[in-house]
Amino acid sequence: MQALRAAGCEPKDVGGAFCCGQPAYNSGFAKEARRVAKPTLRAVSKASSGDCVVASGSCAAMMSHYWPELFAGTPQAAEARRVAERTKELTVYVSSRLESEPVNDAPQAESAAEVHPPLAEEPVVIHDACHALRGLGAAEATRRALAASGRRYVNPPGSERCCGFGGLFSVKMPDVSVAMADEKLDLLASTGCETVVSCDLSCLVHLEGRAGRRGLALRFEHAASLLEGIGPGAGK
Amino acid sequence: MASTTATEAATLNSFNTRARQALRDERLRDAVARSTDLLGSRRVEALSELANADELRDAAAAIRSASVSRLRSLLDEWSDNFTALGGTVHWARDAAEATGAIAEIVAASPAGPGAVVAKGKSMASEEIHLNEVLASAGADVIETDLGEFIIQLAGEAPSHIIAPALHKDRFQIADLFTADSGQAVSAEIHEEAAYARDRLRRAFLDAGVGITGVNFAVASTGSICLVENEGNGRMCSSLPSVHVAIMGMERIVADLAELDVMLNLLARSATGQALTVYTNLITGPRRDGEADGPENLHVVVLDGGRSAALHSQYSSALSCIRCGACLNVCPVYRQVGGHVYESVYSGPIGAVLTPILRPDDPSARELPEASSLCGACTEACPVQIPLHDLLLKLRLERAPESATATRRWGFRLWSLAWSLPLVRHISRVLTRLGLRCTRVLRRLPSRGWPGAWNKCRDLPRAR
Repeated sequence: MQALRAAGCEPKDVGGAFCCGQPAYNSGFAKEARRVAKPTLRAVSKASSGDCVVASGSCAAMMSHYWPELFAGTPQAAEARRVAERTKELTVYVSSRLESEPVNDAPQAESAAEVHPPLAEEPVVIHDACHALRGLGAAEATRRALAASGRRYVNPPGSERCCGFGGLFSVKMPDVSVAMADEKLDLLASTGCETVVSCDLSCLVHLEGRAGRRGLALRFEHAASLLEGIGPGAGK
Repeated sequence: MASTTATEAATLNSFNTRARQALRDERLRDAVARSTDLLGSRRVEALSELANADELRDAAAAIRSASVSRLRSLLDEWSDNFTALGGTVHWARDAAEATGAIAEIVAASPAGPGAVVAKGKSMASEEIHLNEVLASAGADVIETDLGEFIIQLAGEAPSHIIAPALHKDRFQIADLFTADSGQAVSAEIHEEAAYARDRLRRAFLDAGVGITGVNFAVASTGSICLVENEGNGRMCSSLPSVHVAIMGMERIVADLAELDVMLNLLARSATGQALTVYTNLITGPRRDGEADGPENLHVVVLDGGRSAALHSQYSSALSCIRCGACLNVCPVYRQVGGHVYESVYSGPIGAVLTPILRPDDPSARELPEASSLCGACTEACPVQIPLHDLLLKLRLERAPESATATRRWGFRLWSLAWSLPLVRHISRVLTRLGLRCTRVLRRLPSRGWPGAWNKCRDLPRAR
């Protein structure tokens, strides 16, 4: 909410929004996904006819891509299509409201620690969430929004590779999932940055959980908390 | 139903069991990561050299889906032309018919059932387990593609569509060659290549029958096209007096213009080459006055579950041109390699194709679960197969009937509970509370999915 206000918007909290149904849907249970998603769909369409901003890449992808399919042939079909069109991922939305082209001047080195002279503020390393990256094409928007917040960022090697969360994949195939997380964490740590930023909370929970178990000194922040730093006048 | 759910539980465990084993094999993981990185980055580079890569992919996708939707008429046209040129077509509904036809051809060849058979790379031949059938009839089958030769010596199946021995490093290959020759072959690449060349040259000269795959059949000319990098495909299809080519029934294009588009993308997507070193366009057997080529040319067209897939919601999977690009970008394949899938086709396309082509095979049912649905496969596919959406469709179609009872009831009760406002409210409160006492929760004994998380990862903390 604060990130949106910082970008010059007047957001309204959708009180009844709860779950988009993705865990059930990705496991193959459409009926159950519909049952869980229906109250959220109702709440969103009741709350406003404006844009629906979602601070999680995979939920945004579920709502904008899969809801029309999920609710097809039900009384909520038209409602789901309307909400799908209005659903925007947070950084995409904030980026679309920026007036000027922000600049990221963090050197894109293999390791931020090797940068001379050292930067005044430590840059963050971006973790692209798959749904945001491929499903929503949000990679550019995330970077524009972060740059507008004044925080420098670094792109890690292998930035397009999945972190291994994949919803319930992380517990159905835990060993493969953790192996994927380990490789991703090594790549993120190789940049020398201490803070990992992503626009998807679920990737962060997975990576943070694994980093904690491995005792890695990495911090994990949702992009929203950085966007709070967008200065006045950044928005339209 | 009870037996199905029990089977599913067992097979789900078995993918995990196999994956755990692969994850402990550092050599395998190194080899797979290194090779797929190389193939993947070459693909990106080769496509970036094209000014019109996106248009070419659009065109290729359109060509493939048009071919799949008018398959019968294209196959008839191709078959008429191929037969008029002097070739023989064998239509095989399943593996038994295909291997039966090929065993008969070998038996009727001048060298007889005990013939030396020089074989080029063919995934369709893996589908029908051809080598076992021919060997049991007395034939001496020698794989002549270098990667296939290596895994034949190891007694393994291909672990990758285009690089079957990708999971092995040069030291493991040196050991296999040493055991085969009875003399020490070093792990120097040139020495290994020299050994293979010498060994395979003898096979080409001795072969009574050559067997290869088919990359594309061309309907308008009756040709078959075979692409390869080692020249072994050309040897197999021109030196022996009998050449048998095995083709999946969907591997057809209308004419040479369409073939041009496909060839432009196939090698780029597979190995990052503009074209493979050898592009063989075979149009009929040897004609009078020609110096080489087989006297008898046969093509075995394999259905093997494709007809059924043609009329399903998964028909777009039949657009596949077997380039392997989806394997090279798949983060799951990257960690565990191809053998863990225990199916002829591995990686994302294997997780889609296997359950479609083998709907009754219980071990194929778990494969759509072996994906985080990250979508890298869909992005890489040169013919735009929506692979991760097909994986999801397979789950949606099959989970409600075939998932374990625990899982079915779990989702049912969970969804019923969260459809009640009061329970949603309680869940919110409990989650907030839980996030504050993760240290305590972590120590609680947990099984099932919570246990699977807890074993290697900390619980989320309050933000």
